[in-house]
This record gives sequence, C-alpha cells and structure tokens, in this order.
Amino acid sequence: MHMAISQFNYIEEKFEALQTAHPNVLLNEVRQKGFQTYQTAGVPSCKNEEWRYTPVNNLFKQAFLFSDNKAAINAAFVDSVRLPESATANELVFVNGLYQPSLSTIRSANDEIVVLCMEAASADARFADILKAHLGKSSLYVQDGVHALNTSFINGGVFVYIPKNTQATLPLYVYQIADTVHHPVLAQPRSLIYLAESASLQLVEHYATSGNSDSFTNEIMEVVVAGNSVFEYYKVQNDDASANQVNTTHIRQIGKSYVHTVVITLSGGMIRNNTNIIMETPGNEAHMYGLYLLKGNTHADNHTLVDNREPHCFSNELYKGIMDDAATGVFSGKIYVRPHAQKTNAYQSNKNILLSEKATVNTKPQLEIFADDVKCSHGCTVGRLDEEALFYLRSRGIDAAQAKAMLLQAFANDVVEKIKIDSLRQHIETLIANRLSLQTN
Amino acid sequence: MKEEMEVLEQTIGSEYKYGFVTDIETETVPKGINESIVRLISKKKNEPEWMLNWRLKAFAHWLKMEEPKWPNVKYPPINFQDIIYYAAPKKKKALNGLDEVDPELLKTFEKLGISISEQKRLTGVAVDVVMDSVSVATSFKKQLAEVGIIFCSMSEAIQNHPELVQKYIGSVVPMTDNYFAALNSAVFTDGSFCYIPKGVRCPMELSTYFRINTENSGQFERTLIVAEEESYVSYLEGCTAPKRDENQLHAAVVELVAHRKAEIKYSTVQNWYPGDANGAGGIYNFVTKRGICLGEYAKISWSQVETGSAITWKYPSVILKGDYSVGEFYSVALTNHLQQADTGTKMIHLGKNTRSRIVSKGISAGKSQNSYRGLVRTGKNAINARNFSQCDSLLLGNQCGAHTFPYIEAAHPSAIIEHEATTSKIGEDQLFYCRQRGIDTEAAVALIVTGFAKEVMNQLPMEFAVEAQKLLAISLEGSVG
Repeated sequence: MHMAISQFNYIEEKFEALQTAHPNVLLNEVRQKGFQTYQTAGVPSCKNEEWRYTPVNNLFKQAFLFSDNKAAINAAFVDSVRLPESATANELVFVNGLYQPSLSTIRSANDEIVVLCMEAASADARFADILKAHLGKSSLYVQDGVHALNTSFINGGVFVYIPKNTQATLPLYVYQIADTVHHPVLAQPRSLIYLAESASLQLVEHYATSGNSDSFTNEIMEVVVAGNSVFEYYKVQNDDASANQVNTTHIRQIGKSYVHTVVITLSGGMIRNNTNIIMETPGNEAHMYGLYLLKGNTHADNHTLVDNREPHCFSNELYKGIMDDAATGVFSGKIYVRPHAQKTNAYQSNKNILLSEKATVNTKPQLEIFADDVKCSHGCTVGRLDEEALFYLRSRGIDAAQAKAMLLQAFANDVVEKIKIDSLRQHIETLIANRLSLQTN
Repeated sequence: MKEEMEVLEQTIGSEYKYGFVTDIETETVPKGINESIVRLISKKKNEPEWMLNWRLKAFAHWLKMEEPKWPNVKYPPINFQDIIYYAAPKKKKALNGLDEVDPELLKTFEKLGISISEQKRLTGVAVDVVMDSVSVATSFKKQLAEVGIIFCSMSEAIQNHPELVQKYIGSVVPMTDNYFAALNSAVFTDGSFCYIPKGVRCPMELSTYFRINTENSGQFERTLIVAEEESYVSYLEGCTAPKRDENQLHAAVVELVAHRKAEIKYSTVQNWYPGDANGAGGIYNFVTKRGICLGEYAKISWSQVETGSAITWKYPSVILKGDYSVGEFYSVALTNHLQQADTGTKMIHLGKNTRSRIVSKGISAGKSQNSYRGLVRTGKNAINARNFSQCDSLLLGNQCGAHTFPYIEAAHPSAIIEHEATTSKIGEDQLFYCRQRGIDTEAAVALIVTGFAKEVMNQLPMEFAVEAQKLLAISLEGSVG
C-alpha cells in the first residue's frame, strides 16, 4: 500500500476505523468536525495565501502511513536524543504521534503537575469541562486541511494540567520521536496544556527520528494560560533531512498573563511552524523569538500570529534567519489589532542573512490594525554580513572563516540568549558553534 | 477633547467638493460586453486589423479569467454587462487651439481650478485633455514636435505611429496579466501615448487630466510612455470626477518603457468621487501600472497622491531589468468615510546592482480601510540588489483600519533589503505642542499630516504639489479624535 496519503480513501477509511475503535463522546465530536473541515478545505496548495511559499501538498503526494503503534523505540533510544538535564525534569515521550506513558517520567509531585491521556482526561470529572471548553479552539484560527487532519485523528494525545498557585519547579520536556524504520510515517501528536491561575510552566519540545524513511509530523499543541500565569515554550528542531513537520502551537491567554516562546530550527526537511498567540483579556504580554539556521535543502517556514483582542496588550517578536546551501527560509508574521484593542503595543522584527547563491528567503511581516490608539511597528531586513565588521576582525588577525562565524554567532545569539533554561541555552550555543565551525578557546 | 471631536466630525463629514456634471452630448454604444462590442469599438476608432485582433485575443482570454478575490477590499459584484464600454464626445473634429474647445469643457476645468488656458499661459504645461475616453484637445503639440517628442492620444498613435504602438503595447503589461488588464486590453477606448526620442530631455511636464463623465461608462484608459536612450520625461496624471450615484468602474493600464539611461517620472493625483458618507456611489479604481527599466542606468519613478475613489486597487510597479537601473515609489494614500484602498508597489530586481526605494504613507479616517501591499523580489542574477521600504500609517478615528502586507523574496546573498513600517495615531504631545503655541486643533492636524506626507509631497512636480496639498487639506483638516 504505497500510495499517496491523499489517494484511495486511505484517510477516510482510517478515520472511520478510529471513530469506531475509540468511541468517546467529546473526542468523536471534535474529530468529526475536524474531518468535515478536512474534506471541505482539502490540502492547501501554493495558491493558498497561507501556504504560498511552502508546498505542503507535495507531502501529501508521498506514501506516508499512519503508525500501527508497534514502534520499537526503547528507553535507550530516548536516552540518545535526550537534552541535557532532562534526567531531572518531567519527560513526556511521543512515538509517531502517540503518547508513550511507559517511556515517560513524571518526577514532580502529583499536586504540581497532572499528565493524562486525552481519553482519560475527557472521562475525568475534574478535567472534562476544561477539555470541553478548550480542546480544538485552534481550529477557529487555522482552517486549512492540514490542521484539520490532525483534529480528525485526535488519538493518543495528552492533557497536561498545572494546578492553581503552582510554580512547576521542574521543566517539562516533550520528545516527539518518529520511528520510520519500517515505512514512511504520518505522525499526528496532539496535546492540550492548561495552566490554571498563578501557575507557571517551562515546556521544551524536541524532535528526533529513528530510521531512514521520511516522516511527516503534523502536530497541534494547544496551550491555555489563565490569569497571573507564566508560560515559557522552547522548541528545538534539529532533526534529519527526512523529517517533515507542520506544527501549530496555539497559545491562548485567557487571563492577564505572560508568555515567552523561542523556536530554534537547525535542520530538518520541510518544516512549518505556526505559532499563534491569542490575547483574550486586557493586559497580556507575549515575547516571541525564533532562529532558523539552515543548510542543505532544509525549508523552514515560521508563521506567527498575535491576535490582540483586548486593550493594553504588549507583544514583542524577533525572528532571525541564516540560510546556507540551498536552504529556504520563510517568515510570515501577522499582528492583528481588533477594533476594541486600544493601547496595544506590538513590535515585530525579522532579520535574514543569505550565505549562498542558492539560498532563498521569503518574508512577509504584516500588520492588520483596526484601532487607532496603538503603537505597532515592524521591521524586516534581508542582507549579508557587514563588510566593515569583517574587516575589523580580520585586521586583528582573525581569519576570514572565523570572522564570519563570529559574526553569525553574534547574529544568532540575539535569539538564543532568550532561552531562560541555562542547560538548554548552552546546548543550543554548542550546536550553533559546531555548525558554524567556530573555534572556542 | 469635545471640540476636537466636533472638528473631526465636521471634517470627516465634509462632502466631495468637486461633484458636478458637465453637460456635453456624448455618443455611446449599448451597454454590455461581447465580441461585437469589441469589434464596434475598434471600428469606431478606425483601427488597423492587428489592433482588432489584439483586442479580440485579450477578450477571449478575459472570458477565461476570474475576478481577483485576494485584495483586502469588499464591494458588491460588478455586473460587467451593465457598463457602457464606449462613450465619445460627439462634436469631434480637428482642433487647432483652445478656442475651438467646447466652452462647457473649459468651464469644467475652471471649476476644478485647473484652467487649461491659464495653465497653458502661466505654467507652460502641455495638457492632453481626456474627456470621457476620447482626447478633445491637445496643446503644445507643435512645441514638442520640434524636439521630436510624440505626445498624442492613443487613438492617434494607432493611426499615425502604428509601428511604435505595435512594438510596445502589451510589452510591459501583457494582455493576460490580470483580470482588469485583460478587460482593458479588449475594450480600451483611448489614453495617452508618449514617445521621447534618444537623447531628448522633454522641455515641459506632460500632463493629462482625466475625467469620468458619462453615467455608467467605465473608463478604460491605456497609457504608453516610451523613453528612448538617455531621454527624460516627467508625466503628470491628475484626476477628479463628477458626483454620481452609481459605482463606476475604472480599469486603466499604464505602461512605461525606459531604455538605457532614460528616466521616466510619473506622478498621479487621484481624487475621483469616493462615494458619500454612507459609501453610496464612488469610483472603483482598478488600475494596472507597470514600468520596465530595459536598459542600464534607466530610472522609473512613480509618485502618487490617492485621496479619491471608493475602492482603489493599484500597484505601480517597476521591473528592474537593466543593470544599475533604479525604481522608486512614493505614495500618499488617504481614505475617509467608507473608502477602501489596497495599494502598493512591486519592485522586481532582475539586473545587477539595481536599486529601489519605496516610501508609502497611508492615512485612514472615518470607517475606511487602507492597505499597503508591496512585493520586493530579487532574482537569482540580481547581484547587489538594494531596496529600502518604509510604510507608515496614520490612524484618525477609532473605526478605521490600516494594514500592511509586504512581501519580500530574496534569492541572492548579495541583496540588501530593508523594510520598516509603523502604525500610530497623531501624538497627543504633538497636538499639545502646537496648541500651546496658539495653533488651533484643525490647523495643527493639517500641519502634522502635511509633515507626515512631506517626504512624498516633495517628490511631486511643483504644479502638482499645490493641488495635492489642497486635496489633503480638504479631506483632512482637523481629522483627529
């Protein structure tokens, strides 16, 4: 059965099978809605403005298969892809989009963090209402077929709950592992993270592949942040060239809260990250950072949205890209200010460096503003390394390659330094230094 | 604050001051569009066969196209069968001077404050008057002819200089370019043609005043300007239209061709009827404007002041094909009431060491929506391409919107592209500073807005700057909440 996933009713059959095999009133309904959207919206082509620079429909022409959950990922493999200090953190492991409790470890006390399978959470009296109220809200913003495909197959997902007044002391590391040893895999991880009032959470998401076949990870993570809470999100993408991804991280600030996101993309196949921040109450604050340091044929597309629905919100956004070889970088940032959202302050900046003649960058920083008493600005640059800075370093005896590496590292560091977990930041710094062949003393 | 609100309402409420109908008999063809209408237009204009075939090809292509839906504007569907595609003033004969022009027409221009005779006498501007699709009078032709410049209506050019028209028409904006360009290619009735020979610096600013006059007659102008090597021309296009209740469609095409070391400066002041305070009436302005820098060191500069039209959909673009060529775009777009503007530019860098600069100032008031949409693309061979874009938006009132959609596509590592945009309202501190010094709110707002738009206004030729300032003042005096 090596047909394109969009052919021969493969998805239709799998959907029907899932609905019958895992009946669950809430999930069945959400999945049904998602499936309807998938059928009407279909797979977007480059004519769809949101997918103009990322030909995601090409992925649907390949023979990806759903995983049968007989994945042979063991603890040793998880060990090999672990980030530093994760042994003292809470760890969630997904294999081919399915949550693996046996490989996961929760080290915090029960009253600090609750992790449940999506199915169990929907049946749990404490959380059923939260799921009902918040699961699937990202569909209001992302209405294409790719997003709907994930929603159609919510299965083996996870629900994370940080109780009121809890400052989660341990960060939460989420490993998304694709097992492609046997065949190309379509993985669709799904999670809902809920921070109750005055809670805090640091979440790190890391991607890895076992096997040589292609993978297509189509992920949705919905995060709900209640008042007085602090949510930090770090995404590290340093996967094989065979690993393709469409990620949606949909963060809703339902109370006056603070959100901080850093997305680091170092390698992979075709990658699309949707990072949405929805400010549903006045006085929210969000900081979004991204670095895409690409080589080979990697295609990285960062779409960000800040929807200012209420007054007095603040957002700051900085995305930086370095493209080498035949890599393609895409940035599309949207700041949306609703008529009601007076006194919004929103800043957006995107800076790119092209290192090779085959590299490409397409950037689209957008402002859509319907309120007058706002301060919004965006800036965007595409350029090369500063000749004078290079000359300065060379005149001090630093060779050309090192001078270039130093300048690129400094360029990248504006984003990397925003990672507030020290061990993770140092890890990324080392990866970048190695990538740039930077000699350290 | 209360006083400011009143001033704001007065100003936002100010009606279109140029609304009147000129009573000149016109000759029209039946409503609607089909192949026989295209043939009829071509026949009425006594066109050669290649022109008719070109139109028919465009029409056939248009039938296959769909109206674009991507612009950030909303309007009821246009019934293309409810438009009169040809209207020509009846009294058409060869004119030698202004004395022979219909006095009604002259009055029209006097009402607009742009008397031809005065302009002719005082400013030395040659005016090719386009009144409803057909040129009625052309002045200063002789003077231009002495230096070899051809400046005439498109119809005349097709009759008298077919080889030039055939060579360049559709070379910058192909008939298949977009929906409205295809429609224009099929049914264009007239327009201006301008040819500057090699090495000639045009001795005066060339100017055309467009007016949309016959009810229900869409205007399909087609302008073609060709500047040969090392020549220079500055072209002015100014528009005002009488008040009408029904929406009128205007789908013009402007093509500019600049050869080696040639420079074309194209300035527009557009103040067509924007519709009343409720959004009724108003012109749909769907224009395709594009220039190509064919040779090295060529330069094309677009300047525009857009204050009118119910809907503006317009992206004056430059294709920078020649090495070292330069493209510029300076724009002030002002929207009020329920006006919608989706405007910007495209700078396509193909040659080496090409440069472009974009300065766009959007001012939104009332319930209007103002979008900047721009594309800067550097091709694989565009070594050392350089672009700087700046788009600022000013919001007056809390029901309007300002949007920015820049597209930047870079495919060469030596390209340097910068884009910056800001959106804000008039600062309370700026207003306070002015008021403190005895300047009333209205004048202070005018002052601040003039300052906001100054960078673009400075690019306009003297003759235009005055009119543009007036237009801004009419639409904006005191608009602050």
